[in-house]
Amino acid sequence: MMMRLLGTFLLVLCVLGLPAQAQNGPLRIEITDGVMEPLPYAVPDFVPENGAASEMAMQIARVVADDLTGTGLFREVGKEAYISQITSFASPVQFPDWKAINAQALITGAVAVNGDSVTVKFRVWDVFAGQELGNGLQFAGTTAGWRRMAHKVADEVYSRITGEAGYFDSRVVFVSETGPKNERKKRLAIMDYDGANVQYLTDSSSIVLAPRFSPTGDRVLYTGFETGFPRIYVLDVANVGRRVLQSQEGTMSFAPRFSPDGQRVVFSLEAGGNTDLYVMDIASGGQSRLTNAPSIETAPSYSPDGSQIVFESDRSGSRQLYVMSAGGGEARRISQGTGNYGTPVWSPRGDLIAFTKQSKGRFHIGVMKTDGSAERLLTASFLEEGPTWSPNGRVIMFTRETQGAQGQASLYTVDITGRNLKKVRTPGGASDPSWSPLQK
Amino acid sequence: MTYLAKSMMLVAGLSLAACTNAGRFDNDPAAGAGSGVNTSSAIAGTASDPLSPLYFQQTIGDRVLFAVDQHTLNEDAKRTLDGQASWLTTNTDYNVVIEGHADEQGTREYNLALGARRANAVREYLLSRGLAGTRMKTVSYGKERPIEICSEEACYAKNRRAVTLLSSGLSG
Repeated sequence: MMMRLLGTFLLVLCVLGLPAQAQNGPLRIEITDGVMEPLPYAVPDFVPENGAASEMAMQIARVVADDLTGTGLFREVGKEAYISQITSFASPVQFPDWKAINAQALITGAVAVNGDSVTVKFRVWDVFAGQELGNGLQFAGTTAGWRRMAHKVADEVYSRITGEAGYFDSRVVFVSETGPKNERKKRLAIMDYDGANVQYLTDSSSIVLAPRFSPTGDRVLYTGFETGFPRIYVLDVANVGRRVLQSQEGTMSFAPRFSPDGQRVVFSLEAGGNTDLYVMDIASGGQSRLTNAPSIETAPSYSPDGSQIVFESDRSGSRQLYVMSAGGGEARRISQGTGNYGTPVWSPRGDLIAFTKQSKGRFHIGVMKTDGSAERLLTASFLEEGPTWSPNGRVIMFTRETQGAQGQASLYTVDITGRNLKKVRTPGGASDPSWSPLQK
Repeated sequence: MTYLAKSMMLVAGLSLAACTNAGRFDNDPAAGAGSGVNTSSAIAGTASDPLSPLYFQQTIGDRVLFAVDQHTLNEDAKRTLDGQASWLTTNTDYNVVIEGHADEQGTREYNLALGARRANAVREYLLSRGLAGTRMKTVSYGKERPIEICSEEACYAKNRRAVTLLSSGLSG
């Protein structure tokens, strides 16, 4: 299913013919840390341009609405409030009718289906200014990829109104979990960011942990116990082929992450009970050692420019976060608070580091600046860990596990302001998410 | 090597199946066929037969426990490991895989590293008691294989463990 989707989804994007001036209208969400009222908008069912498109025209508008409302920045004005209907994509918008129901933004669209191919057109209207926001756009693709086209529309709307890139046309690789805690089965799975189109990448015959997307989303690194001992695997997303990375007998390798150029992997290697950080060239297998200490060094993550690595170490006696040059050498401690810190991940914007904090018997997901200042805890619960960033650096997804014998892991998202905490829809238990970049 | 590791795991899994806290390898169907090991003889003895694996697992004790975030061996643990070392010195047909484990109160990566420290602490101790390093392998499961599932210290204490699993001596 996924291979077909990836293989045949040809996205064509073109600006629609109607002349519309580029402008910065008053319709704008400034995303700040302050409390903000969601922006009311309406997205009527898209207009089917032929009979075959009627179902999809409705579904696409629903996915666009789910994406936008799901951010917490937008609030949909429901159909029941509509005064006028959109029955033709070309007809002029009756602004007073939308203004009357306080829909500040209006998204109109049309869908045509011909065999396996589908075309989606849309426009974004600034209702109170009575004009179009940006230009109309048209996407063409396959029917199998219709959800992606809806996400593309929502990304474009989000971007025009907030001024930031969206994150809806993206995927998440994670560990699917079934069974009780003492007999848990784990397998790698991949899905759209919103939980749709789940596909399994491995079977559950051996433990798999902590998958990580490559910078372009084409490959996944993970730790697997296929041989009985932890090894790092690299998996090709398109054909689900995998291979084990070179490792030395009697050692354990884990906690892999790609370099921003996708050529190298930084990881933890344990030998004789001691865990240090290494970097490996994926093509040649050539390794070099980055840390050399009797303490545990793990959970490394590159800065987006590839020049630095943030990691976790217990060299001070408790687990803290450190930053060093990507070539190794002296590291400086950045975490300052009390408690234990782990799983640091550099944001795609480069400005923040997300982390797990364990303090007073509770776990938190938090963010800090890259020098360790301005720490903010976004969540709190019995057990949570493993943050991963949305492609635009606005949202964090992580694992939360409930307490007790029936405890189960789920994926959650939270805005970096700490608002809009939500459970991600997955079939059964899920842990260790890794968020892909925006798809091309 | 893959084959060898699998057959070792098979024997370890089967011999442990008689133990109260068995089942860590139940989910590994890859370890099913082709080991060529006669397992019925491997579990022939009872816990009172000093030459039997059951004696090793239950009478001597196949596991030692650790304090939170620690990998140091307490006096109880050392006594158990003394027993393991002397049994293994007598029963040279067996090698061991030492598994390190952690409780759920920690991140996945850290717990993997911590489990490795624990497994290695046991290995170092058995080495100091004269057991050949070639007879021992270590592996960490981090927090992935708890034997007790409550979220209280009573369970955590049993999960912070290193377990010495007997395996066939075929790997020499």
